[in-house]
Amino acid sequence: MNLISTSSPHVRTNESVKVIMMDVLIALMPALIWAVYIFGINALLITVVSVLSAVICETAVEAFMKKPITTGDLSAVVTGILVAFNVSPAVPIWMPAIGSAFAILIVKQLFGGIGQNFMNPALGGRAFLLASWPVAMTTWVTTGTASAVSGATPLAIMKGGEAVGQLPSVWNMFIGNIGGCIGEVSALALLIGAAYLLYRGVITWRIPVSFIGTVVVLTLAFGQNPLNHIFAGGLMLGAFFMATDYSSSPITAKGQIIFGIGCGLLTAVIRVFGGYPEGVSYSILLMNVAAPLIDKFTKPRVYGEVAKSV
Amino acid sequence: MALLHTFKGGVHPLQKIHEGKRYSEHVAIKAAKVPSVLMVPMSQHIGAPCKPVVKKGDTVKMYQLIGEAAGFVSAPIHSPVSGKIKDVKKMMHMSGKEVETIIIENDFKDEIDENVKPYGTIDDLTPEQLKDISLKAGLVGMGGATFPTHVKLSPPKDTHCDTVILNGAECEPFLTADHRLMLEMPELVVKGLYAFKKLLGAERGIIGIEQNKMDAYEVIKKACEPYDGIGVELIKTKYPQGAEKQLIEALTGRQVPSGGLPIAVGIVVSNVGTAATFAQAIETGKPLVERIVTVTGAVNEPSNLLARVGTTFQDMIDQCGGFKGEPVKIISGGPMMGMSIFDPEITTVGKGTSGILVLDKQLANTEKETACIRCGRCATVCPVGLLPLTINAFSIKGMYDKCDEYKAMDCIECGSCSFICPAKRNLAQSIRVAKKQILQIRKNKK
Repeated sequence: MNLISTSSPHVRTNESVKVIMMDVLIALMPALIWAVYIFGINALLITVVSVLSAVICETAVEAFMKKPITTGDLSAVVTGILVAFNVSPAVPIWMPAIGSAFAILIVKQLFGGIGQNFMNPALGGRAFLLASWPVAMTTWVTTGTASAVSGATPLAIMKGGEAVGQLPSVWNMFIGNIGGCIGEVSALALLIGAAYLLYRGVITWRIPVSFIGTVVVLTLAFGQNPLNHIFAGGLMLGAFFMATDYSSSPITAKGQIIFGIGCGLLTAVIRVFGGYPEGVSYSILLMNVAAPLIDKFTKPRVYGEVAKSV
Repeated sequence: MALLHTFKGGVHPLQKIHEGKRYSEHVAIKAAKVPSVLMVPMSQHIGAPCKPVVKKGDTVKMYQLIGEAAGFVSAPIHSPVSGKIKDVKKMMHMSGKEVETIIIENDFKDEIDENVKPYGTIDDLTPEQLKDISLKAGLVGMGGATFPTHVKLSPPKDTHCDTVILNGAECEPFLTADHRLMLEMPELVVKGLYAFKKLLGAERGIIGIEQNKMDAYEVIKKACEPYDGIGVELIKTKYPQGAEKQLIEALTGRQVPSGGLPIAVGIVVSNVGTAATFAQAIETGKPLVERIVTVTGAVNEPSNLLARVGTTFQDMIDQCGGFKGEPVKIISGGPMMGMSIFDPEITTVGKGTSGILVLDKQLANTEKETACIRCGRCATVCPVGLLPLTINAFSIKGMYDKCDEYKAMDCIECGSCSFICPAKRNLAQSIRVAKKQILQIRKNKK
């Protein structure tokens, strides 16, 4: 008889990294479908190219470094989609491929692969593209459907400056009848996906609720309409799908709330006072860097530990 | 229905198959066939192994003392049968260490040692006498931890135990030994609790039973009726509900301090099996030489067998219709905290063997570890509030001082973190390693 002898426990949950990533992919589908509906087939093409680039880069770099190939866990697919979701539907087709390559090669694999990236790979990719081709990354299209009113994003309109136009109605922002990045326009589609992630336990409420809640409170305090701020721009995509990235957000419950509040604070400040119309991605990136520190200072109380007076 | 008492964190292993308990929960306890040769290791408890007091060629009576307790934290071992000592030698124990083992040839007469007599009734015995019985009967925690019971029953002078808790949670999947015991011998369980309560001068006795054993709850409730200050409470079915500190919090709301013992909050916890064995020892003088063992998993006839200490695992499995398919793992105890054994021919039933679980390929976890994705599920389920992923990272790098800083020593080794990990990391194992290393480092410093 050939018995295996290991340390306990001897049973494990059926859940795996692949199942989690599959859930994220499912949750991203409503937003993708909406993007294709409103921006046309180009949105799908950009997404496919971005995903292919992410998967090929991951396979290649792992093969080159003689590490086990982990593309089967689908995390590179998620990164690819998220990079595509963060670019304008008007970008040239090679651009998201470069963004994904940067996300996978530099942000993810260079730091040790899955679980080791210190910032969100897709946002790192986006920041790289924005720094390299600022004009292309902020040139918006008049959307594919007749009802879409303007190519400029609502946040750019709110900011004033070069973008002029009429601010779309809150309803149009909510369903996504507006200009913007491929995956960010429809708050409704993103909320459907987010509800699925919450139901499946892939994410918790802590980061998204504290993030969005802070933006609401602060924009209200700054004398702006908070509805415009939560439904326009990348807040929904950022709060539910990007800030909740496991590797680059805090582990502890308390830490996640601090992280969410920090993201919300930076977003509101950048949007209202900063030079950019949008601040979601930079605020998440900045908080990503702070995550290890937050974790360090929010170690949970161990069972039966007597609270120390500070 | 009001919310059931429970604790923070925890997991629900094998919930889809009713915690794996269906196999054996409706199978009545049956006496196992006593083998012709029994192998009784001198280490059946936490603490110093016993010293054999018999030698090769001796004849022994049933219940006769064969292993003397070596120190305070130790429990004597008695002969489970009458017969002849075939040998006393070092044998491989399931812990992986060689342990002095007494091999007894059964004469199938079951002649009881003449010194073994009933002690009397609980009401007539003094607390001191009761404690003496618990020691003489070789009682240990029969839930699996095998901590010598008399040590627990000797709280420091400056403490007072107001509540005795009996653990009838049986939160380990697959195991049904305690369930069947409570169902079939409720009076013995309650009587044991009554004895514990008197011994400790406690005001209250509570039996905690998980919600998935409603039938046991009903019969125990009835058995409690004649006694003042003894009752039963339903608790939520969740692992590790039966862990000492988690059980205490669920039943009393008290939190045992980190690094402290239950007595610090006025509580002593024991297992229902231990209580029943105690009651039996008082009534008949019979020491702990047999126990109920759930033989389950990939066997043809899952059963709850009343088995003598020293019966081999293979013998037990054979009595349950043998293996069903190809066994991949055999576990002594439950799947969450049990120990996987390497040879069922030499591993024998001990005082703490609550179950013999056979896992086939489908049930056994043989998936490979992959990289941590920092999802934090391990931290969410940890009933102690640790960050298993962080301790794991430090432990595999050998940074044990950091493990200590992250409170590795508070780990109760329930295995919830490894269970829930989607990357299939061996978190609990690495924390266990860290604990051993930390103890060694502390020892070296002294």
